[in-house]
Amino acid sequence: MDSKKVVRVPFEKKEVEELRAGDYIYLTGTLYSARDAAHKRLYDSILEKEATGVALTGNELYEKKILPLDITGNTFYYLGPTPAKEGQVIGSAGPTTSSRMDKYTPLLLEKGLLGMIGKGKRSQAVIDSIVENGAVYMAAVGGAGALLSKCIKESSVIAYDDLGTEAIRKMEVEDFPVVVVIDSKGNNLYETAVCDYLANH
Amino acid sequence: MRTIHTDIIIDTIKDMCISANIFLAADMEGRLRQAAKEEDGKLGKQIMNQLIENMEIAAKEEIPICQDTGMAVFFVSVGQDLHIEGKNLTDAINEGVRRGYTEGYLRKSVVKDPLIRDNTGDNTPAIIHYDIVPGDKLEITIAPKGFGSENMSKVYMLKPADGEEGVKAAVLEAVKDAGPNACPPMVVGVGLGGDFELAAKMAKKALTREAGSHSPYEHIARIEKELLEAVNKTGIGPGGLGGKTTALAVNIETFATHIAGMPLAVNMCCHVNRHLTRII
Repeated sequence: MDSKKVVRVPFEKKEVEELRAGDYIYLTGTLYSARDAAHKRLYDSILEKEATGVALTGNELYEKKILPLDITGNTFYYLGPTPAKEGQVIGSAGPTTSSRMDKYTPLLLEKGLLGMIGKGKRSQAVIDSIVENGAVYMAAVGGAGALLSKCIKESSVIAYDDLGTEAIRKMEVEDFPVVVVIDSKGNNLYETAVCDYLANH
Repeated sequence: MRTIHTDIIIDTIKDMCISANIFLAADMEGRLRQAAKEEDGKLGKQIMNQLIENMEIAAKEEIPICQDTGMAVFFVSVGQDLHIEGKNLTDAINEGVRRGYTEGYLRKSVVKDPLIRDNTGDNTPAIIHYDIVPGDKLEITIAPKGFGSENMSKVYMLKPADGEEGVKAAVLEAVKDAGPNACPPMVVGVGLGGDFELAAKMAKKALTREAGSHSPYEHIARIEKELLEAVNKTGIGPGGLGGKTTALAVNIETFATHIAGMPLAVNMCCHVNRHLTRII
């Protein structure tokens, strides 16, 4: 294995451009959890505002209190953890299937979201939007919730508390392991990795 | 006639919910360790090692193996000579689930209405399949089922002319479509025969079979082995990132069917294939 590559989140835009599908990296810094219900709420809030004929940036959406966080440059972790026991930062905390967020993703990327962590395939519309906005999609190991919870050092619900496990959490992570699956050029590891394996075995 | 009180059933169900979600069944653990040794994909090997480490942390620190602690699915065999006193049996099972998921810090993943989607807050109701069997015992199997893999499951209404080749092609198609979404290495549960809903129920029940065990019917056992080999030649591998461990088992349950049909259901499960049986 190559030497351990640690990357800070939120990403610098330039760093995202250097990430390549297949890179095994460790994230340190801030991630936000958001899954199905939180995505729907963020998306509906933006559309409701834009229906009035006003198009705002991610930063403006936050300043005008339309979104509960400034998504600009940030990374969403598709996660709904188990409840934390006393003394724990968070319960089991592995990724959920990303494709359910596909409907909402292009709009969020357009508004400045830069990174996504989940598991599984993305739609062509999401891949196109990743390229267009210079973003990145990463996979954490599905079903490794106990292991991944150990990399989360702080966690607090910052929005949509009523959604329970689906609320938005701000999390400080250290050496959180992910694989770059779709990079900012549109390379897709899910397509190439299987072909490469079969070609070499 | 033997009598048991539902208080015992509630306590048993509560314990089963917690244990099944924290400790991987011994048969699954064995298969996972073996597969990790044999995996030769570069990323695949790394992922298998993470899964082993995850399983060990979960057991040691009593954290759920996966955050999706599932809908609580039960197969319950009620001996016809058994008398149950106290609550209604279904209410007792749901009470056990309520306590297990709340007191065990498990995730509450159930919404009351498929469209309105308000969380019930205690992971009830459970999905319960009852069987009446001879004897005076109560046999309960729990299979908490996560939905990352559940969403990748399929029902095919195959025709008799599709034959064995049709069955194999359909299962392989389901596995390829599931790919990384079903958290490979997967366990593939197959229900063949019966009718529309029985095929699906058998596919779910097939997941509760011990990994490495085979159908008692020789031709079905052969198809299980051949399908596992074919699935593991797809190259999908751990996490869908390339490797030889795409599935840990293919289990097929069968039943008689109609002269005009050959229903086939494929129930996908991830490597966290939780199942636990207790007899009261």
